[in-house]
Amino acid sequence: MREIQSSQITKVVAELCQRANYELPEDVVEALRRSRQAATSQVARTVLDQLLENARLARDGRIPYCQDTGLAVVFVELGQDVHLVGGDIYAAVDAGVRQGYKEGYLRPSVVGNPLDRASNTGDNTPAIVHLCIVPGEEIKLHLAAKGGGSENMSALWMLTPADGAEGIVETIAGRIQEAGGKPCPPLILGVGIGGNFEKAALLAKEALLWPLGQPNDDQQLAELEQRIIAAVNATGVGPMGLGGGETALAVHLLSHPCHLASLPVALNVQCHAARHQSVTI
Amino acid sequence: MSSEARHIKLPITADAIAQLRAGDSLRLSGAIYTARDAAHQRLISALGAGQQLPIDLDGSVIYYCGPTPAPPERVIGAAGPTTSSRMDTFAPRLYAAGVQATIGKGQRALQVRQACRNYGCLYLLATGGAGALLSSFITQAEVVAYADLGPEAIRKLTVAEFPVLVGYDAHGGSIFPGDEDLD
Repeated sequence: MREIQSSQITKVVAELCQRANYELPEDVVEALRRSRQAATSQVARTVLDQLLENARLARDGRIPYCQDTGLAVVFVELGQDVHLVGGDIYAAVDAGVRQGYKEGYLRPSVVGNPLDRASNTGDNTPAIVHLCIVPGEEIKLHLAAKGGGSENMSALWMLTPADGAEGIVETIAGRIQEAGGKPCPPLILGVGIGGNFEKAALLAKEALLWPLGQPNDDQQLAELEQRIIAAVNATGVGPMGLGGGETALAVHLLSHPCHLASLPVALNVQCHAARHQSVTI
Repeated sequence: MSSEARHIKLPITADAIAQLRAGDSLRLSGAIYTARDAAHQRLISALGAGQQLPIDLDGSVIYYCGPTPAPPERVIGAAGPTTSSRMDTFAPRLYAAGVQATIGKGQRALQVRQACRNYGCLYLLATGGAGALLSSFITQAEVVAYADLGPEAIRKLTVAEFPVLVGYDAHGGSIFPGDEDLD
């Protein structure tokens, strides 16, 4: 049994919020560089050059990469042998978000009442927390600063078993075509298949945190990832919907057993500002 | 389409607007106002009720942006565009009331492209997600209305060489591949 203070959680969450917003992960920067090299139009090259310059300015200047510093989505893997003392874990995470967003000059982007747009909570809380219990004595926290523009283009469909892989590819490509420049391509796509209505959505969000471009361990699913990215890039949407380059940098897919009558498919869209960081206590 | 950027001093004249085409690269200098969802609701409501507006719309440029708070040594935080389509229902009314250009990102409803043609206005694109880069072209920022909306308040920004592309021109043209000609 290992004792961990809740205040430790607050401290690391506050740091994660800032790090996530200033420092675009190196694998995303690398993917943008490759995309820039492969771009076929002047406007696409200009856009990608701007994004790379933007990443540098944000990191060096410690200012946010994008002004939408996102809703804080936090995945917590809580070790079974941890004894958490000093307060409620959800309150501790929220305190960390509150502190991180204030100290980091990040934007409060949460409204308390979805029907009252003037009800900004002022401190970017509450965070959305997904907690699971794992073996061991550690706490792993993975924070994503998830912007609204890309999240707004996400979708979930209850396909039928007959729709199959073909249906999945077509549905996702169709959605990305329809979204055009709105979610700020180039994109990273998280796809959840199977599970049920809510499980598929959670899988899609988890899939966004997968190491960039790493294929699914399962051969069949890795092939489906490839088919999806090919179909999405074939739409020609391109950077900012202006064409001339890749629409998606990567597709990550997670699968789960599901009801024999269902084929739930969730698509969580991530823009190029793929801001996430993790830490282990 | 010219790949050389044109330097535009705001306010932009009707003649200057008429010369521009979708895809043109511009560098804007002068004053622009930020406004997004909540501020638009209030502006449209005030217009509808015949009330005095907190800003003069005539000849103005509206930038769909909610910046991050300014750190002590800067005039503004990150300041890139938000998705324009959420303001589509409001745009034609504001163009009619004298707004000359809106700045945002992404495609918009057909009625907006039509309004640009009908009123001789522009829709300009700033690169989505380039919040840090775009803030470097902003030399002054102050809240001028709806301060209670926090990041969604109306701010007057002074910009210098702010890079944008013409998304929709005043002739029905569009930068987005696949957009058909207006009839």
